[in-house]
Amino acid sequence: MKFGSILGPVLASTLMAVPAFAEELTIGLASEPTAIDPHFHNLGPNNAMSRHIFDRLILQNERQQLEPGLAVSWKPVDDLTWEFKLRRGVKFHDGSDFDADDVVCTWDRAPNVPNSPSSFGTYTKGKTVEKIDDHTVHFKSAAPYPLMANDVSTITIVSDEGGCGGTTAEFNDGTAAVGTGPFKFVDYTPGDSIVVERNDDYWGERPIWSKVTFKPIKSGPARVAALLAGDVDMIAAVPTADVATLSRNDRVSLSQGVSNRVIYLHLDHARADSPYVKANGGGPIDNPLRKLEVRRAISMAINRDAIVDRVMEGVAIKAGQLLPDGFFGVSDNLAPVEYDPDGARKLLAQAGYPDGFELTIHGPNDRYINDAKVAEAIGQMLTRVGIKTAVETMPRSVYFGRASRGGPNDTPEFSFILVGWGAGSGEASSPLKSLIATHAPDKGWGASNRGRYSNPRFDALLERALSTVDADRRDRLLAEATELAIGDVAIIPTHYQVSTWGARKGLKYAARTDEFTLAIGVSKE
Amino acid sequence: MSGPAETRAETPFRRFWSEFRESRIAVAALVLFTAVVVLAVLAPWITPQNPYDLAQVDVLDGKLPPGSKAFAGYTMWLGSDGAGRDLYSAILYGIRISLTVGFAAGLIALMVGAAVGLVAAYAGGRADALIMRAVDIQLSFPAVLIALVLVAILGRGVDKIIIALVAAQWAYYARTVRATALVESAKEYVEAARCLALSHSRIVFRHVLPNCLAPLIVIGTVQTASAIALESTLSFLGVGLRQTEPSLGVLISNGSEYMMSGRYWISFFPGLALLFMIVSINLVGDQLRDVLNPRLKR
Amino acid sequence: MTAFVIRRLMQAVLVVFLMSLIVFFGVNVIGDPVDMLISPDADQSEIERTIRALGLDRPIGEQYLYFLKGVASGDFGNSFIFGEPALKLILQHMPATVELALVSLIMAVILGIPLGFIAGLHPERRLSRGIMAASILGFSLPTFWVGLMLIMLFAVTLGWLPSTGRGDTAVFLGVESSLWTRDGLGHIFLPALNLALTNISLVIRLTRAGVRETMHQDYIKFARAKGLPESRVVGVHLMKNILIPIVTVLGLEFGGLLAFSVVTETIFAWPGMGKLLIDSLLQLDRPVVVAYLMIIVLFFVIINLVVDILYSALDPRVRLGDRDA
Repeated sequence: MKFGSILGPVLASTLMAVPAFAEELTIGLASEPTAIDPHFHNLGPNNAMSRHIFDRLILQNERQQLEPGLAVSWKPVDDLTWEFKLRRGVKFHDGSDFDADDVVCTWDRAPNVPNSPSSFGTYTKGKTVEKIDDHTVHFKSAAPYPLMANDVSTITIVSDEGGCGGTTAEFNDGTAAVGTGPFKFVDYTPGDSIVVERNDDYWGERPIWSKVTFKPIKSGPARVAALLAGDVDMIAAVPTADVATLSRNDRVSLSQGVSNRVIYLHLDHARADSPYVKANGGGPIDNPLRKLEVRRAISMAINRDAIVDRVMEGVAIKAGQLLPDGFFGVSDNLAPVEYDPDGARKLLAQAGYPDGFELTIHGPNDRYINDAKVAEAIGQMLTRVGIKTAVETMPRSVYFGRASRGGPNDTPEFSFILVGWGAGSGEASSPLKSLIATHAPDKGWGASNRGRYSNPRFDALLERALSTVDADRRDRLLAEATELAIGDVAIIPTHYQVSTWGARKGLKYAARTDEFTLAIGVSKE
Repeated sequence: MSGPAETRAETPFRRFWSEFRESRIAVAALVLFTAVVVLAVLAPWITPQNPYDLAQVDVLDGKLPPGSKAFAGYTMWLGSDGAGRDLYSAILYGIRISLTVGFAAGLIALMVGAAVGLVAAYAGGRADALIMRAVDIQLSFPAVLIALVLVAILGRGVDKIIIALVAAQWAYYARTVRATALVESAKEYVEAARCLALSHSRIVFRHVLPNCLAPLIVIGTVQTASAIALESTLSFLGVGLRQTEPSLGVLISNGSEYMMSGRYWISFFPGLALLFMIVSINLVGDQLRDVLNPRLKR
Repeated sequence: MTAFVIRRLMQAVLVVFLMSLIVFFGVNVIGDPVDMLISPDADQSEIERTIRALGLDRPIGEQYLYFLKGVASGDFGNSFIFGEPALKLILQHMPATVELALVSLIMAVILGIPLGFIAGLHPERRLSRGIMAASILGFSLPTFWVGLMLIMLFAVTLGWLPSTGRGDTAVFLGVESSLWTRDGLGHIFLPALNLALTNISLVIRLTRAGVRETMHQDYIKFARAKGLPESRVVGVHLMKNILIPIVTVLGLEFGGLLAFSVVTETIFAWPGMGKLLIDSLLQLDRPVVVAYLMIIVLFFVIINLVVDILYSALDPRVRLGDRDA
């Protein structure tokens, strides 16, 4: 024992003459994963963490474009079948080989984890997997399904020996946390830290960090303090208030990138008598939000430059649609609506509201970056064009339940809300299907359509897009559907969030649109 | 004391005042506190902006340092907060809310708690056991939970936060009063009063209660101050008052996120105002206790 | 005495039961945990499935009965969020909080009692006035603000102490704690001080009030007249009398520190129960919240019991037992 401990470092330093030897990294996270089990909870922090210990058949790069992971290629072989060729020679951390059996049993486990608060059934539903040979599998669906690769890219592959039969507790204590990923599991102390070490046999580019510790630090200022004090090497989600100061700090380097999250306003399209819209003086009024002119007026009354420059301190991008430029399915013809308070007043007068009306905007105060402040700024702006707006913000635990099902018969309660949407799939069908398509539980559409917007022309267009396997044609159809929805002011986008990572000088992070914080993205300058 | 004061009839109040003013610090605190209250009452007439009227607040005025000119032309001597509120105006309006919340909550909690504590101590037996178990339950509830539940049921607002603070604080008074009253009611004078067959309420309110006053005032000042601080803590946790009508607590907690970026004024000035207010309350309370406590009489 | 303790413990069971009832229904009123858990990508059928899997489709009364049945066999249910037993989660987080509360209580006593004595024995001195003024500051500043200031000053500007988190732990006498390592002590100092501020002030004020009140009482005068040395008068006679309110308050406060270290733990990213509670509360993780509060209430009842017993030991005038009217 003694002998080994003296010899160990000497041997190691001679055997592995790599410059990156014994490089440790500590990262302060804004939100903590709820488990190490990659199939337990379909949640951003969990999905980011699982990328360290495990791999997927298809990986999403920084821009959420699809890249080969454990699969080297994939293509449709007929309308209903996709063929995936698997990577050869990949080994799990326990030394066992990766092959088609692992994929088959993973597909079976992912949607069926007991007590899962949000399962991966969302992505596996309606699809089956079939082993063709050790390194070929077929994914099949009942109807033509162009998003097969996107859905497959969300499922983390575990081993058919230890992983598939493992319980969530066995993953959390490490016994089942055996993947093919760039790092190996070392320790998980809930609320305190997650530790991983380099997998020296990784099939892809070997990470430069020999050991990585993740520490959840929820409070923004505390996270910044931890970075400045040198307790951590990098932090995620730098508060917008600190971006300007930190960018002038010589000891800190910032990495920024637009995220896939749009912040938008949803309006009550359905009810003639909407509870939080009142005539001046508080009397009843026939819901003005159902008039296109009023919706356009509201959009014109919003000073997006002021929101971006002042509220978000420049750390955001004005939005004119549901996803920023460069994503699949966005339209080239949509620009953010220009600020025009006079035009807004004129439109309100045309619509029959020369003196405006009264409105309450509801929003969360702990969900999106500066969410409550944005809501308040919008309240100011609308009040200034004559729509006297009260601002009501609340914790998300209260907010989302009421926003989705707070009204009678589980209908949305509010009239005018501030919400955000991150496109997990990295393309435009995700927000279109959830936010704008007609609310139809049996079909799985409009699940987050809290304004109950409904437009048969839009639904037909989206239907066509979602059954078009040809990528270019689908791209155009999705853009067309977006133009239709934005033209009708189904929702009012305000801005896209920009994520900021802060690191000590000399480190750089490859900013990601999915807001994931990955140790493999941290490099030395 | 000399001359005319001696010859005037000595009323309890005069005696009290002459003792109170023996401490210059306490008098200064009283003056400061009165000034704060007067400023708060006069706020609508002496501020350039109504910080609660969204039409008068402009996000383009946001986060300006002290001495900047606002869009509307006036100078913001203390700077502005994140939403563009003039901090001088916002602080005066905020003091109104913080004082209302603190005193209303403190007073109601004191009355409820003292009544409950006295009953427990004097009645003893089952009633005492029952009440003290209720106090145990109460004290184990984090104020955060009470506030969160109430926010969910009632929505936000000054009246709701007062309810939440009373619910969080009455038990402290009850427990203190009971502890003191227990010692008191074991004393001879209460025995004597009982022997005289005085009515229960007379014994409790005329004999036991006055002797509980000293600790009540200590706890009372502490709790009023902490009510105001607790309100700001609830705001920090995101469940306090409406952010468009900020109390001092909301102003401080909103400002605290700008501390690392050097924009100190957003939380510093409201913090200072809060500090002055609470320190003066406590100094006045301290002196009150010294004056009111019969055992300290020389 | 034994009968008194047994009766008290039986009452405790009733209290815990009532508490669980209130909290179970209370948390339910706040909102629907499913909205906090489910991925936004999930469609309606997936949401329904989750609601069923968590047992949330049942009427709330039925859910409560099911919960009680579990508790009877020691099962407080699984956390909605972590999928692990709520009790296990709480016990995992408990040592960190106990450690923090203990250190902060020790700080309060070590600093508070001597300062309070100085202020009480010599109220007119400048030092005493300074102490009292400082004690008022201790109450006046909101904890979260002080916490941020402490981090700014000691961790960022001066760089003396680490800013957040718990330090390395070690095992000593069979107890694993961060108090046994240098790194751990460095980490615990700021949060413990932050948590102790209010209590230091409280102890100063209580001690001073007690000293000033007791000094004028006859038995002290008598002790002095008898010619006892001042150190004995102060250290024994005065001390004994003053300890009653301090023991009461600190007893209560220790429970309070355990239960309400929420804010300090949030700011300092301290992995304790307080942080678990606020996180669970904000995410509507009902099983954890209910189990946590049941444990805390039980704890409280026991603390109160101990305080009452100490009370009677320190002040023979206080009758122990359930008094008759």
